[in-house]
Amino acid sequence: MTLTSSIALLTVSAAALSFSGAALAQQKLIPAQSSIGFVTKQMGVPLEGYFKKFDGQISFDTAKPDTAKIAFSIDTGSATLGAPESDAELPKAAWFNVAKFPQASFQSSSVKSLGGGKYQVSGKLTIKGNSKDVEIPVALTQANGVTSASGQFAIKRLVFKIGEGEWADTSMVADDVQVKFKLAVSGMGKL
Amino acid sequence: MSSELQAKYRYHPLSIVLHWVLGIALVSIFCFGVYMADLPFSPSRLKLFNWHKWAGISILALSGLRLLWRVTHPAPPLPPAIEQAMPAWQLKVHHATHIALYALFFVVPLVGWAYTSAAGFPVVLFGQFPLPDLIGPDKALAALIKPWHQISAFGLALLVMLHIAAALKHQLIDRDGLLKRMSLRG
Repeated sequence: MTLTSSIALLTVSAAALSFSGAALAQQKLIPAQSSIGFVTKQMGVPLEGYFKKFDGQISFDTAKPDTAKIAFSIDTGSATLGAPESDAELPKAAWFNVAKFPQASFQSSSVKSLGGGKYQVSGKLTIKGNSKDVEIPVALTQANGVTSASGQFAIKRLVFKIGEGEWADTSMVADDVQVKFKLAVSGMGKL
Repeated sequence: MSSELQAKYRYHPLSIVLHWVLGIALVSIFCFGVYMADLPFSPSRLKLFNWHKWAGISILALSGLRLLWRVTHPAPPLPPAIEQAMPAWQLKVHHATHIALYALFFVVPLVGWAYTSAAGFPVVLFGQFPLPDLIGPDKALAALIKPWHQISAFGLALLVMLHIAAALKHQLIDRDGLLKRMSLRG
């Protein structure tokens, strides 16, 4: 074996090692480049909000998506609709009841590859102590070593008792809420 | 003074109907706006704000029709006896008030619409028809615009009071029958 060919071999095996190492490692969410938002309607007027603070634990081997584990926790107190008077209401008991339920969570139960970078993530969404199984379509794209996971799904706010009492009136605030997310994740293997 | 007013000094029947419908609508939405402004945050506050926006847009549309009608069907001349009895300054104020009233019929709702657009709450008429934003969402701009909806609305209210006071002066003090120009009873 010549010197150059052994160096080449070494380089290839080192690359292979680091590649599989990355694929097996826990992936990391980059919160600054991620967003979790929601849209509902108030008497037909779109109301858009988002959560300023959340974190996720992602273990996702692109070669074996069905072994993936995804868990998210979202600080309910960080919800904002962008208007001070409504933001003052969101933490109250009728809405997110932040004092009693400071976090909402998602825990995946299964991940299915649909091909073409698309996945179906099933799991349990818990808000205000109410849990419901949800199916979340996720599309993955990669650029510069960062994987972007985006998607949206619909929930019914009253299932989670978000907006109780006088606010339960769906002619005022619609029951349907679209949850939209775009998550930046580092350390994920190539798709 | 004759109690009959010749037809040529009367407004067109449609002008008369528009005058009274919009007059009542403007007084109502003004009171409504003053009432709702200080309500605590609640579903009824949001409901009233939406109703106020729907009413404001409806009034704006009717004012557009009214202006179009006014331009194509000019106001009748003042009865000569009344015109001659009025000092020049009154005639000037009479014209200026009407022009200012018409201007504010548009300024007040358009400023309100611009405010809610900038604040990020687009108007969805009757909860069904999304209207375009007059300006893009911009919280800082919204805060600048906000007082002007109130200021222009109070300006309009003052002009309406002046308008009513002048009409009552003609009716009760001058007793010149000027109000018959705008009477629904023909």
